[in-house]
Amino acid sequence: MATAVIGSSGYKGRWNHLYKVLSKPGPFSDEDWVPGQGTINTLESSKILVIGAGGLGCEILKNLALSGFKDIHVIDMDTIDISNLNRQFLFRQADIGKPKAEVAAAFVEKRVKGVNITPYVGKIQDKDEDYYMQFKIIICGLDSIEARRWINSTLVGMVDFENPESLKPLIDGGTEGFKGQARVILPTLSSCIECQLDMHAPRPAVPLCTIATIPRQPQHCIEWAHQIAWQEKRKDDTFDSDDMEHISWVYNEALQRAQHFHIHGVTFQMTQGVVKNIIPAIASTNAVIAASTTSEVLKIATSCNPYLDNYMMYAGEEGVYTYTFEAEKKEDCPVCGNLARKMDVDANMTLGEFIESLGEKAEAQLKKPSLRTEERTLYQRFPPQLEEHTRPNLRLKLGELVENGQEIAVSDPAYTIDFRYRLHFK
Amino acid sequence: MADSFPATISGPTSKERKYDRQLRLWAATGQQALEDARVLLVNSDGPLGSSSTGVTGVAGVEALKNLVLPGIGGFTIVDPATVTEADLGVNFFLEEESLGKSRADETCRLLRELNPDVQGYSYSKSISDLLTDPDFLSRHKLVIISGPTKRSTLEPLCQKAQELEIPVLYVHSLGFCATFSLQLPTEFPIVETHPDPESTQDLRLLNPWPELAAAAESLGDLEAMDDHQHGHVPYTLLLLRFLSQWKQTHGAMPDNYKEKSAFREFVRSNARTKNAEGGEENFDEAVAAVLKTISPFSLRSSIREIFEMQQCQQLTTNSADFWVIASAIRTFYNAHGVLPLPGSLPDMKAQSADYVALQNIYKAKARKDVEEVTATIRQLESQLGRTTTILDREVEVFCKNAAHIKVVRGRGIAQTNEDTDAVTLKALRSGLAMPESLASIFIACQIIDAVVDEIQSKPAQNQLSVDDEGLWVAQKERILALLTRDDPTPLDEEAQESIDNAIQEIRRAEGGELHNIASLAGGLVAQESLKVLTRQYVPLDNTCVFDGARSRSEMYRF
Repeated sequence: MATAVIGSSGYKGRWNHLYKVLSKPGPFSDEDWVPGQGTINTLESSKILVIGAGGLGCEILKNLALSGFKDIHVIDMDTIDISNLNRQFLFRQADIGKPKAEVAAAFVEKRVKGVNITPYVGKIQDKDEDYYMQFKIIICGLDSIEARRWINSTLVGMVDFENPESLKPLIDGGTEGFKGQARVILPTLSSCIECQLDMHAPRPAVPLCTIATIPRQPQHCIEWAHQIAWQEKRKDDTFDSDDMEHISWVYNEALQRAQHFHIHGVTFQMTQGVVKNIIPAIASTNAVIAASTTSEVLKIATSCNPYLDNYMMYAGEEGVYTYTFEAEKKEDCPVCGNLARKMDVDANMTLGEFIESLGEKAEAQLKKPSLRTEERTLYQRFPPQLEEHTRPNLRLKLGELVENGQEIAVSDPAYTIDFRYRLHFK
Repeated sequence: MADSFPATISGPTSKERKYDRQLRLWAATGQQALEDARVLLVNSDGPLGSSSTGVTGVAGVEALKNLVLPGIGGFTIVDPATVTEADLGVNFFLEEESLGKSRADETCRLLRELNPDVQGYSYSKSISDLLTDPDFLSRHKLVIISGPTKRSTLEPLCQKAQELEIPVLYVHSLGFCATFSLQLPTEFPIVETHPDPESTQDLRLLNPWPELAAAAESLGDLEAMDDHQHGHVPYTLLLLRFLSQWKQTHGAMPDNYKEKSAFREFVRSNARTKNAEGGEENFDEAVAAVLKTISPFSLRSSIREIFEMQQCQQLTTNSADFWVIASAIRTFYNAHGVLPLPGSLPDMKAQSADYVALQNIYKAKARKDVEEVTATIRQLESQLGRTTTILDREVEVFCKNAAHIKVVRGRGIAQTNEDTDAVTLKALRSGLAMPESLASIFIACQIIDAVVDEIQSKPAQNQLSVDDEGLWVAQKERILALLTRDDPTPLDEEAQESIDNAIQEIRRAEGGELHNIASLAGGLVAQESLKVLTRQYVPLDNTCVFDGARSRSEMYRF
C-alpha cells in the first residue's frame, strides 16, 4: 500500500485527497511518470504567475492555492469596482477602490495556510524578460486581447532552444456570458494566441457616416454622443467611462438625438454597455473556465495526467456543451511562424483606408499601425517629422505604393514585434 | 404615436450596478426569479467508510458560491459532518478556526459573507431527519445533492422533490472526474430560450401583410431615384420589390436553391455600379439576405409537438399560464398558418426616417398579433372560469419568442440499479458504444454509489474503506450484469476497458475531491441552476460527464 506522503506544510492529513491522486498512476498518466513524494515536491516548488485578478483571476488564485502550489505571483493594474462584486468573490463592498491584486492575494493567503502570494499592482508591460523567466507556468485570466497578444509574443520571444527552462507554458482563459474557452500554449511548439487571432474577431464597428448622419439604432445615437458630441461640446474634458457624470451626459445627449430621429430604446444601461464595451460576466462561467485552466496547470506542473492539447471551448446557453480540439499552429503566424501572412486587399483602396481596416480585420486587429516595405517607409506615426513626411502616402492607392504579392512589415506601439503580411490584390 | 421618453434621468441603483454584468444576460425578470428562490444543498449523509466523516461536498459548496454571488434569495445547507483537516485542503469556505465545528454552520457563515442580500441557513443533521417536517422541502425551489449518497436517502428525497415539482441536481466530483444529473418536473416549459439572434429573424418576405406590401409598392420607380436615394432603400423593401417582379415574370416565387441563386443574381444585377463607391451597400445586404430570408414560413417540429401535447389541447381551470398562452397561439397558427410576428427588424443601410417607418410597420403588426392572441386568451380564461388574469407582458414575451419556446420532458435522476428502466439502460449501452465515450465515468460513479450504499446501509461493512477492493469488484460485477439485463450482447472490449480506466481514475482519489474539478463541477451545476431558476436559456437534459484527465465533457439523456 502507498506509504504516507508529507508535504512541506506539515498539516497532517490536510492534503490527503490531492496527495492520493499524485501518489498513484492513472490510466492516462504517462508510463514514465513517477508518482509520490518527488512529484509533490515539484508541485510545491513550482512558481506560478497569474495575470489578472478579476473574475477569472480570483478563482484561479483560490484554485492554485487549493491545488497545493505554494509560491504564486499575481499581476493586475485595476482597482475594485462595485460591478465586480457579482463574481469576484474575494472582494467585498468595503474593498471598492482598492487594488485587486493586493486584496485578492491577502485574502487567499489568509484563508489557505502555507501559501505565499506576491501581488504586483501594475501593467504586464512594466515587467521584462528576467521577471517572466523566474516562473514555471504563466496563467492568464484577462479581458483584453491586446494584453494576451503582448504576453504571448513576449513568451515566444523568450524561447531559447539551448535552454529548455526558457519555454514557459501559457494557459489562457476567457469568458463572455455563458461562453468561454481554455487553451494551453507551449510557445514556439504549439498554436499560439496570434495563430488563433481570427477565432476571436472583434465586433464590426458601425460606419462613421451612419453614426454622423443616419442613425437607426439606439446604439448609433450613443456612439454619436460619445464620439462626436463630446468632441464638439466638451473637448477640453478627457472622457472617463468610469465617471458617472460623463456617462450621464452621454446618455442625455444620446436620448435627445434618439428623440429627434424617433428612435426608441436608449437606456442608461445600454449607454454604459456601448461606451465601456461591457461584456456580460457571471460567477458560474468564470468558475468553469478558471477551474479548467488551473486543472491544466496542475497537470503540467506534476505530469499526473495529460494536459489539454490544446483548446477547449465551452457554451452553456443550451445544456453543457464543450468542444476540445487541437488549434493549428500557423506557419504564417506573425509571432511564432516563419512566413508572412497572406492578406487580400483592394488595390484601389487608399493607404489611409487600409490602415483603418487593419483595426477591424480579424487577422490583424492593429489600432495604431506604422507600415513599411523592405525598400521604403509607407507610413510612420513617430517621430512627428517622419509622420509629416509620410502622411501624403495616406491618400495614395495601395496599387501605387506596393506590388501585388509584396511583403509589408507592420509595427504597432501595443506590441514589441513586427507583423508581416503579404498583400494580394483582389 | 405617443412617444414616451423619460423626463428625468435616473442613474442605476446600487443594486443594478452590483448586478450589471448579469442583468445583461437575464434582465430584471430573471433576477427577480433568482431573488425569489431558496436553494437546498444536501452536502453529506454520513461517513464514507472508515476514517471518513463523509463526502467533502466541495462541488456543492462551490455551486452555492456561484449562486450566492448573483443574489439568490437564500440557501440551506444540510450536512451532519464536522470539519476535518482534509476539508481545509479542499474547501475554500472553511478556515483554521472551523476545525472540529459543524461543517454546515461554517460553510454557511463563510458563504454568507459573499453577499449580504442572501439569507443562509444550516442544519447539522441528516436530511432524512429534516424530511419528517412536511414543510421543509417545499421552502426550496431547487435541491443540489452531493454524491455518493446511499439509496435510502437519495430516492425518497428525489421522489418528494418530484411530487413538489422541485428540480434536483445530483453531483459527483471524484478525483479528476465529475458527473451530474438534473431531475426536472415531467414538463418544464421555457419561453425565453435566448436563441442566437441570427436564427430568430422573421421578415415574412414571401407573404407580406398588406401594410408591408404597400410600403414596397410606395417606393415608386427605382430607376428614377438619384444615386443617394437608390443606395438607401432598405434591403427588405428591395427584396419585396424584386420578388414581386420575379413572380410576375416567372409565375411563382423562387423556391429551390437554384431559383434562389438566380433570383440573387437578378437582385445583384439591379445594383448601380457606376457610382463613386463602385457598388451599393443596401444591394450587398439584399444579396446576402436572399438565401437566409427567402423561405416560406414553416413551423418547427418542436413547436408542433408542443401544440400536439395534451396539456395544450385540453386546458383546465388550473392549467399553467404557459399552456393557456400556447393554446391561444395554436389557435392563431391554425387561423393564419404562421406564428405571431416577433416584430424585430435587423439593422440595415437606410435613411433614419425610412428605417424607423419600416420598423414601425413590423412593430405594429407584432402588436396586432399580440392583441389577437390576447383576445383568445381572455376568452379561454372566462370559458375555463379562471380567477387570475395572465399578464399582458407575459403574452407579449411569449409571442415574441413563439418560434423558440421549449418544453423539456424531465426525467428522474439517472441511476443504475434494479429499478432502472429499459430506456436508461439502452441509452447507457449506446453511450458506451461510442468511441472515446465518457459514459464509463458515469458507470464508475454508479459503482461508487453502490459501494457507499453497502457501507452505509449494512453495519457489518462500515469498518471497510471506500476503496475496498472486494466491494468494488462485487459492485462492478453487479452493475455490468445490469447493463446486459435487457440486451444480452456482451460489452465490447473497448467499453470494458473504458469502464476499467474510469474506475482506476476515480479510485485514485479514494472517494476524495480535487478542488479544481469540484470547482468546475460547481460552476456547471450553478449554471444549470441559474437556467432552471430563471426559466431562461435551455437546461441540461439530463446528464453531463466531465473528464478532467482528458479535458472533455459529454451530455447524455439517461
